[in-house]
Amino acid sequence: MQREEICKIIREDTCKCIASIGVGHIGGCLSIVEILVSLYYKHMNIDPTNPHMAGRDRLVCSKGHAGPAVYATLANKGYFDKAELLTLNHSGTNLPSHCDMNKTIGIDMTTGSLGQGFSCAVGIALASKLDKDGAYIYTVIGDGESQEGQIWEAGMFAAQAKLDNLIAFTDYNKMQIDGNTDDVNSLEPLNKKWESFGWNVVVIDGHDFDQIDDAIANAKACKGKPTMIIANTIKGKGVKYIEDKGYGNHSMPMLWEDVEKYIEEIRRA
Amino acid sequence: MADMEMRAVLAEQLKQMMQQDPKVVVIDADLAKASGTWGLRKDFPDRAIDVGIAEQNMVSIASGMASYGYKPFITSFTPFVSRRVCDQITLSSCYAKQPITIVGTDPGICAEINGGTHMGMEDIGVLRSIADIVIFEPVDTVQLKQALPIIAGLGKTVYIRLFRKKIDDVFGEDYKFDLFKADTIKEGKDVTIFCTGIMVQETVKAMDLLQKEGIDAEIINVHTIKPIDKETIVKSVAKTGCAVTAENHNIMGGLFSAVSEVLAMSMPTPVLPIGVPDTFGEVGKMPYLKQIYKMTAEDIVAKAKEVMKLKK
Repeated sequence: MQREEICKIIREDTCKCIASIGVGHIGGCLSIVEILVSLYYKHMNIDPTNPHMAGRDRLVCSKGHAGPAVYATLANKGYFDKAELLTLNHSGTNLPSHCDMNKTIGIDMTTGSLGQGFSCAVGIALASKLDKDGAYIYTVIGDGESQEGQIWEAGMFAAQAKLDNLIAFTDYNKMQIDGNTDDVNSLEPLNKKWESFGWNVVVIDGHDFDQIDDAIANAKACKGKPTMIIANTIKGKGVKYIEDKGYGNHSMPMLWEDVEKYIEEIRRA
Repeated sequence: MADMEMRAVLAEQLKQMMQQDPKVVVIDADLAKASGTWGLRKDFPDRAIDVGIAEQNMVSIASGMASYGYKPFITSFTPFVSRRVCDQITLSSCYAKQPITIVGTDPGICAEINGGTHMGMEDIGVLRSIADIVIFEPVDTVQLKQALPIIAGLGKTVYIRLFRKKIDDVFGEDYKFDLFKADTIKEGKDVTIFCTGIMVQETVKAMDLLQKEGIDAEIINVHTIKPIDKETIVKSVAKTGCAVTAENHNIMGGLFSAVSEVLAMSMPTPVLPIGVPDTFGEVGKMPYLKQIYKMTAEDIVAKAKEVMKLKK
């Protein structure tokens, strides 16, 4: 199946997952679907039948609130039954809003307090280097998350340690809970910031598969530096009503009758 | 006085553990010399790492390494690896179940001339409310030496509250350490004194003064404040009927609170605290600071007499 078609399924399942509890972080889930599908369906060395495989590539979704999109991807890859997607945030669930490595099969690191997952990914990349296992450590950080000081502590040290096995994405949808990032606390010039921190930087359209592939190839070819792929994305990508909500889509109600309409639109695209 | 500084024992034990176990790593945040871990870089250039002055990053990096099967020891001054990194210890390590060992040096008044900004008076209180963490405050080189390999193999997040310089040994070579068992240093029947860290040596000094006053005190070293050895505490107080706690920490949140919690639930008993009286630290040498916060052997004696009057 083409990645475009897989993305439609992941978007549909993410919407259903959040609808199962009626409200959730839909905007920042839909913005990273092409990135997740590219990683899990093309680039990552993983085995869903052996989720703890030594030396596997790992993903730390540091913007932990995008859990539902990661869960939809993991379920479709066969890490767990898709029916479980409809238990998001229900009492006793294995799928909490924010990624939890001790609850969900396939989640490589617990995240939710912003900034910390990125540092954990740096630690994982260091450990992989010590093990000399050749793994690539992928991480996705949010743009709002990049206002956390810990992001820059981790960024500085990843360059110092020459972690060229660390490939990071910034989900640059330019929105956060309280408004547009430029109105709250602008990240610009984001590419220059990362360059000045000693990173290899690639700026792409985060919904374009070819650009994602090229950026990962570029990252793997770059020796001695970690890579930051600044992925320009649209928060709520794929459903016009959600996109039009702007930063209001960070967390919003998702009712089944609306989700049916969203799914029709996703399938038509 | 012991021959070795506590930090030298730390370094020696770490070196041995790193030789035996390729998964042990040490991470510093620009205080490797103060922590005594500097020399490990020569023997283990890849596994003795310095992340610079970025303690929050250090805790989460260590947690990430733990998720890869590594056993990280991280070090800094007490306040910078407790109150500054509370959320990172809570989520990256404890909640995520990624065990790391945190070594906080110069606790409480031990920060001396670094002064109030560097005095962790509240670290036990801050960390004790994090579920599943272990909090250990060693007394001397004998105890520390035995404790470190046990802690490395525990599979839990452990906070070690470490006085880093030379201090009198309390325990002899025949001492057998149990991380979860408090040590009865002297048995007695009139009052129990629960003490930890540098206040154990102060309590040992008080022991002679108490004896001169005809008070038969039971002295118990509570080296592990969480999980606390409830059995030993309750058993002792059942005999003595009252207790004093002695700690180098704010009297709120630390040993006094932990012992009082146990007794409130199992055996309501008068308990009075020796410790920092809910105030910030200030520049000074330890003898001066002990004096102003009423943490001397004489203060312990006075507090023991006071609490004995509260006995029913």
